[in-house]
Amino acid sequence: MLVTLERGCHQGDELGLGLPSFPIDWSSELFTLTYGALVTQLCKDYENDEDVNKQLDKMGFNIGVRLIEDFLARSNVGRCHDFRETADVIAKVAFKMYLGITPSITNWSPAGDEFSLILENNPLVDFVELPDNHSSLIYSNLLCGVLRGALEMVQMAVEAKFVQDTLKGDGVTEIRMRFIRRIEDNLPAGEE
Amino acid sequence: MADEALFLLLHNEMVSGVYKSAEQGEVENGRCITKLENMGFRVGQGLIERFTKDTARFKDELDIMKFICKDFWTTVFKKQIDNLRTNHQGIYVLQDNKFRLLTQMSAGKQYLEHASKYLAFTCGLIRGGLSNLGIKSIVTAEVSSMPACKFQGTMQKGVTDTPNKMFQWILCHRNGRLRRLTKPNIILKT
Repeated sequence: MLVTLERGCHQGDELGLGLPSFPIDWSSELFTLTYGALVTQLCKDYENDEDVNKQLDKMGFNIGVRLIEDFLARSNVGRCHDFRETADVIAKVAFKMYLGITPSITNWSPAGDEFSLILENNPLVDFVELPDNHSSLIYSNLLCGVLRGALEMVQMAVEAKFVQDTLKGDGVTEIRMRFIRRIEDNLPAGEE
Repeated sequence: MADEALFLLLHNEMVSGVYKSAEQGEVENGRCITKLENMGFRVGQGLIERFTKDTARFKDELDIMKFICKDFWTTVFKKQIDNLRTNHQGIYVLQDNKFRLLTQMSAGKQYLEHASKYLAFTCGLIRGGLSNLGIKSIVTAEVSSMPACKFQGTMQKGVTDTPNKMFQWILCHRNGRLRRLTKPNIILKT
């Protein structure tokens, strides 16, 4: 079995003292478990980690181009005037709305076209452990695709990639976002 | 907390991903449906374990099915099953008149031939949930007019309720924690 879904202790029970569990958020659990089942299936279908990473990115992209509509309809956020505003909206509104976390924004490049999103905890990796033979798998790569797809629909070509990952032993999870260019022409079709 | 929209989009993307990457003949021989169903199975198993950690022991099969229709369905799909029917001989039909995964798709008979792709995961979800509650089953789905659909569960005899398994079940609940007990012999000794 690739991804070990461990039944970890729930928050209150870490010391094993039989403390009452915090209320479990079921939509999170459903999403996390479904995502885990998806990654497991992809690892069976594709022989190497790189292909799985690409597939996750593609799927994320397709989700992102639809998610942005839902986001704009529900969040009432106006047009962003620059990349800094975009970063704020992504971290404080979008991540909060969809994943219930608020990553912090750090490491701005001098030109203001690159920044990092630091996730203290990543809900996608609850109960997940990466086995040794999948060390180049980027488990949460769907997120990068989602960010890329969503921003492309609002005329921004960006690159998103993981530079730190708690699953690989790092202290935090860090996504590096880089602004490539504004998309002026017709909207591109979704990736097939 | 993960928003419902995320799960819906992920589910739809999974369905189209499985079909897009299907090899020759896989669509016809049902391999794609099987893949989706297996994914649902794993998720169902995991969900039900977390979900029933603190609930009381179920009296019988019907009790379990009512739990699936009310609590489990509400947790996953934000509403209860509208109608549960049984022949009291191991066949249950769960009817959902506004199935969450179909409401965005169509209302009526259009695209009916594609509906089964979007139900496979949920069939697995039910089967996985029942499996971790000690019931082996076969779950199928049928749609006559979206977004209403029916899930039919046929319980299989033999695997559940052996004395070993019942003993494991009682012990789990006495300790107040649901742990997977894989060595019944050891449990019996204590």
